Amino acid sequence: MSASAERVPALVEQFKGGLAAPICLTWEWTYACNLSCTHCLSSSGRRDPGELSTAEMRSVIDELHSMQVFYVNVGGGEPTVRPDFWELLDYAVASGVGVKFSTNGLRLDAERARRLAGTDYVDVQVSLDGASREVNDAVRGAGSYAMALRAMENLAEAGLVGFKISVVMTRHNVPQLDDFAAIADRFGAQLRITRLRPSGRGADVWPELHPTDQQQREIYSWLTAHGDRVLTGDSFFHLNALGGSPLPGLNLCGAGRVVCLIDPVGDVYACPFAIHDAFKAGTVRAPGGFARVWRSAPLFAELRTETSGGACRSCSAYSTCQGGCMAAKFFTGLPLDGPDPECVKGHGATALSAAGDLPRAGADHSHRGRKVPLGMPSVRAPAKLCDLSPLAGTA
Amino acid sequence: MTAPFEPGRGYELNPAVALRPEPFGALAYHFGNRRLSFLKAPELVELVRGLGSHRCVSDAVAAVPEGRREAYLRALASLAAADMIVPRTAGSEVA
Repeated sequence: MSASAERVPALVEQFKGGLAAPICLTWEWTYACNLSCTHCLSSSGRRDPGELSTAEMRSVIDELHSMQVFYVNVGGGEPTVRPDFWELLDYAVASGVGVKFSTNGLRLDAERARRLAGTDYVDVQVSLDGASREVNDAVRGAGSYAMALRAMENLAEAGLVGFKISVVMTRHNVPQLDDFAAIADRFGAQLRITRLRPSGRGADVWPELHPTDQQQREIYSWLTAHGDRVLTGDSFFHLNALGGSPLPGLNLCGAGRVVCLIDPVGDVYACPFAIHDAFKAGTVRAPGGFARVWRSAPLFAELRTETSGGACRSCSAYSTCQGGCMAAKFFTGLPLDGPDPECVKGHGATALSAAGDLPRAGADHSHRGRKVPLGMPSVRAPAKLCDLSPLAGTA
Repeated sequence: MTAPFEPGRGYELNPAVALRPEPFGALAYHFGNRRLSFLKAPELVELVRGLGSHRCVSDAVAAVPEGRREAYLRALASLAAADMIVPRTAGSEVA
């Protein structure tokens, strides 16, 4: 072993101080969505009248190019309902900003799939939350399984190899992990599984939908066995406290350090799961744009300092789980320097029983009048935004 | 398949790779395979940027203090394995 004095600090330690630009930038292009998924972390549904215009979107892309942000994760809402979606996609790619976009499959017909297969530098990620229609549609709505599968067939048919199938793990689909892998294999796609967060409408359904303790152990051992083939967005690092081999990934909360979110109206948040004023760092519309927010926002400066570890500091697992996910704690009413609500040592469950009032999500663009089957009325902002059809103005 | 790393040959930064300066050194992004690598010291970044102007890798690392040479050679070997640096083609001139 080369234990030389020249050794630089571990990369993860350096990341804690923040980077010159994000590595993992999520950019939501619209709050409009044709679906009303029960766990939507951005409470999407209706377009916000204040969403960035085409010209504003282009100037953000220009800025990302000059900051050397090499790729962005585009989401929503359903981003493809923006009438200028394909134009902006082409503009980003031509500017050297690669795009991976998440979609429920709405616009991915055979013709579009062929065009995507011919576009370098674009990745497609189709959302699927059940390996069977019943499990998927219970969360994502009637018809959404068929729509996603049709989109996948079109992508595979067009020869777009390695597109992503993105699954949010719930109590009902953990037993389907192998089935998801089989679906991915069938389409020559790559499986991506991520953690259910109690963000947005997810706060309403999290108590019923988040995996049980036993299922968390199943996810961990499944990932240990299949992790080299499966993407996770580093979202299960809280499970590293289960011991043995750590899951691949950074194993730290990247909020404001390597990760951030630009929402459809140009507000910048510390992470995609934290759409709340407490985590709003600024807006791309202010002088200095996104770069200034990333470099100088006081919130980000604070997130880039060493955290105390608080109540977790004395726990033997702290070095492996780092206290877990900031957003998961916040939206379940737990202190940010305490245990994650899904702490595998059981400290989260104890803390939850003593948690105070739940914070309310910042912006709610949910479709009005549509029932969220498992919903509880805990997250409802005053109705103030326009109720345009998400499909308005599109072909 | 990437050819084995040969310090006796000339290498250069892959034209498909961009380096983004970071507090710790630089982030390398490969536009072809979309992989990220991290150059964990500013001195290594300089070395990689200047690689193409040396006859061979061994010449390039000669300027590095002896105690660090081996570590940098290992770092360069892993960058070569990741296709971030590539053997210089016969046609490319040494400045």
